[in-house]
Amino acid sequence: MVKLREIAHSRTGDKGNTSNISVIAYDEKHFSLLKAQVTSERVKTLFAGVVEGDVVRYELPNIAALNFVMTNALGGGVTRSLALDAHGKSLSSALLELEIDDDS
Amino acid sequence: MTENALRTIRIGSGAGYSGDRIEPAVELAQMGDIQYLVFECLGERTVALAQQARMKNPDGGFDPLLEERMRAVLAVCAAKGIKIVTNMGAANPVAAARRTAEIAKSLGLSSLKIAAVIGDDVLNACKDGDLPIMEFDGTIKQLGNRLLSANAYLGAEPMAEALSTGADVVITGRASDPALFLAPMIHAFGWAMDDWNLLGQGTVAGHLLECAGQITGGYFADPGYKDVAGLARLGFPIGEVGEDGSLVITKVAGSGGAVTAQTCKEQLLYEVHDPTKYLQPDVVADFSQVKVEEIAPDRVRVSGGRGTRRPDTLKISVGYVDSYIGEGQISYAGPGALARGRLALEIVRERLLLTGVQSSELRFDLIGVDSLHGPDVSAHANEPYEVRVRVAGRTESLREAVRIGNEVETLFTNGPAAGGGATKSARDVVAVASVLLPRELAKPSVRFVEA
Repeated sequence: MVKLREIAHSRTGDKGNTSNISVIAYDEKHFSLLKAQVTSERVKTLFAGVVEGDVVRYELPNIAALNFVMTNALGGGVTRSLALDAHGKSLSSALLELEIDDDS
Repeated sequence: MTENALRTIRIGSGAGYSGDRIEPAVELAQMGDIQYLVFECLGERTVALAQQARMKNPDGGFDPLLEERMRAVLAVCAAKGIKIVTNMGAANPVAAARRTAEIAKSLGLSSLKIAAVIGDDVLNACKDGDLPIMEFDGTIKQLGNRLLSANAYLGAEPMAEALSTGADVVITGRASDPALFLAPMIHAFGWAMDDWNLLGQGTVAGHLLECAGQITGGYFADPGYKDVAGLARLGFPIGEVGEDGSLVITKVAGSGGAVTAQTCKEQLLYEVHDPTKYLQPDVVADFSQVKVEEIAPDRVRVSGGRGTRRPDTLKISVGYVDSYIGEGQISYAGPGALARGRLALEIVRERLLLTGVQSSELRFDLIGVDSLHGPDVSAHANEPYEVRVRVAGRTESLREAVRIGNEVETLFTNGPAAGGGATKSARDVVAVASVLLPRELAKPSVRFVEA
C-alpha cells in the first residue's frame, strides 16, 4: 500500500459552490491504478462531512489525469462561506492521503 | 523571419489576481521579449464591490492597484511597443482609462492610445428579463434592494477590436479571463470568430496563463515531492502562440520557479469541470484531447485544444448583499491545549444560545486540528502543541454579527485557562450568483481616451 501522494499530484479549483480536484499521475504507467482505485465513490466518502452534493469523475488519458467535480462543496459558495478556507484550496491535500494498493 | 515562417506572438501574464506581486510584470516587460502584457485582476465578487465603490465616488470603482501597476510598466511597455490588456476597469473602465491617461502624461508618454471596453454592465437587461438565478431558487427581482450589480462575462471581440484600432492599452470590466489573452491572438492573426478549434486552442492558452504564477511553480511546491526553487522571485509566464494555435509556455530565463509538464497539467484542470465543455463567451472549449510535452528546460508545448460553437447566452455575475458574518478567535497552547480549545467552543456555543444571538448558520473550528477539512477527515491526526479556536456565524444584521466575536473575546476572563491572542471581526457579505442572458442583450463597445 502507498499513499496517493507517492504516485500522483493534485490541485483544487473553485467556482461558486463547486470544487474540482485534479489527480495527475507522476508516471503515466500509474494511470490505470488511479482509474481503478480513486473512484468518485471513494472521494465522496472521504469528503462526506464537506461535500453535500455529487462527485463526478472525468478522465483525461492524454495527461494521465482524473478530474473530480464536487457540487455543494464550498459552504454555500466562496463569496459567502463561513469556512476559514472558503475556496477549499486545501482539499487536494486531504485526497493525497488516500491509500492505494500498488501490489496488483 | 522568412516569409514562410509561422507568425508567433509572445504574451506575458502580469498578474493572476487583484493583489498579485508587481515586479514580475516589470521583469516580463523588460526581459520577456513580449508583445502583449495581460493583467487579470478581477475576481468573482470584485466587480460587485467595485460597483459599491463607484456608487460612493463616480470617478472610482476600478482596481485599487491600477495606478501602481501602470506606473511600474507603462514607460517600458511604451518604449518597446508592448500592448497592455487588463480587466482592471472593474466597475468603471472609462474612469480607469482616464486615470491611466493621466499617469501616462505624468510619465511623459503623451501619444499612448488608451481604450475602455464598456457594456458589460447589464443590470437593467437582467431586471427587465427577471432572470432565474442558477445557484439557488429565486430570480433577480426577488433579490430586491439587495441586488448590487449584474455584469456579463464579455468575449474577446471588443478587446481585439480596440487593439486593431490602435490601442496601446485596453481596459475592460467583466470579461472572461481567457478572453483577455484570446484578444491579442485574434487581433494579431485575424482568427475568424467561428473557427471553433482555433478559438478552443487559444482558450487553452488563455486559461493556462490567466493565473500567472500558478503555472510557473506557484500553488505547486510540496517539499520532498514537488520542489520549486526561487518562489520569492517567481517568474510569471509567457505564452508563445503561433498563428496556427501552436503554444509553448515558458518564462524569463533566470527568474524563479519552473515551467514543467506537471505545472501545466495542474493548471490545465484548475477550475475546470467537464473538460470537454469549458464554456466561454467565444467558444465551448474542449480540453479533453490536450497533450503536454516538455521540449526544453522551462519550455512546455501544449497542443490539442479544440472547440465547438459558442453558447447563445452569456454568463452574468450578479452581486448582492447576502448577509453578515461575525467571527472570533482565541488560542491555547501546551499540555491540554486541545481539551481547553474544545471547552472554549462548548462555552461559546452555550453563550450564543443563552444570550439569544440570532444567526442562520454557525461554525465551530479548532485551527490546527479540524478547521480546513472538518472533524471526520481530521479524526486520526495527533494532538497539536497549540490550537486556535474559531467561531463564525451568519446573521441578518451587523449588530448581531458583532455579538459572535464578543462571545469569543470574553473567554479571556470567563473561559478556560490561559487563552491568548483573541481577535474578532464583523463584516457584510457581498456574494455573487449567476444568471444566463441572451447574448444579443449585451452591447459592448470601445471608447478611446488620449493620453
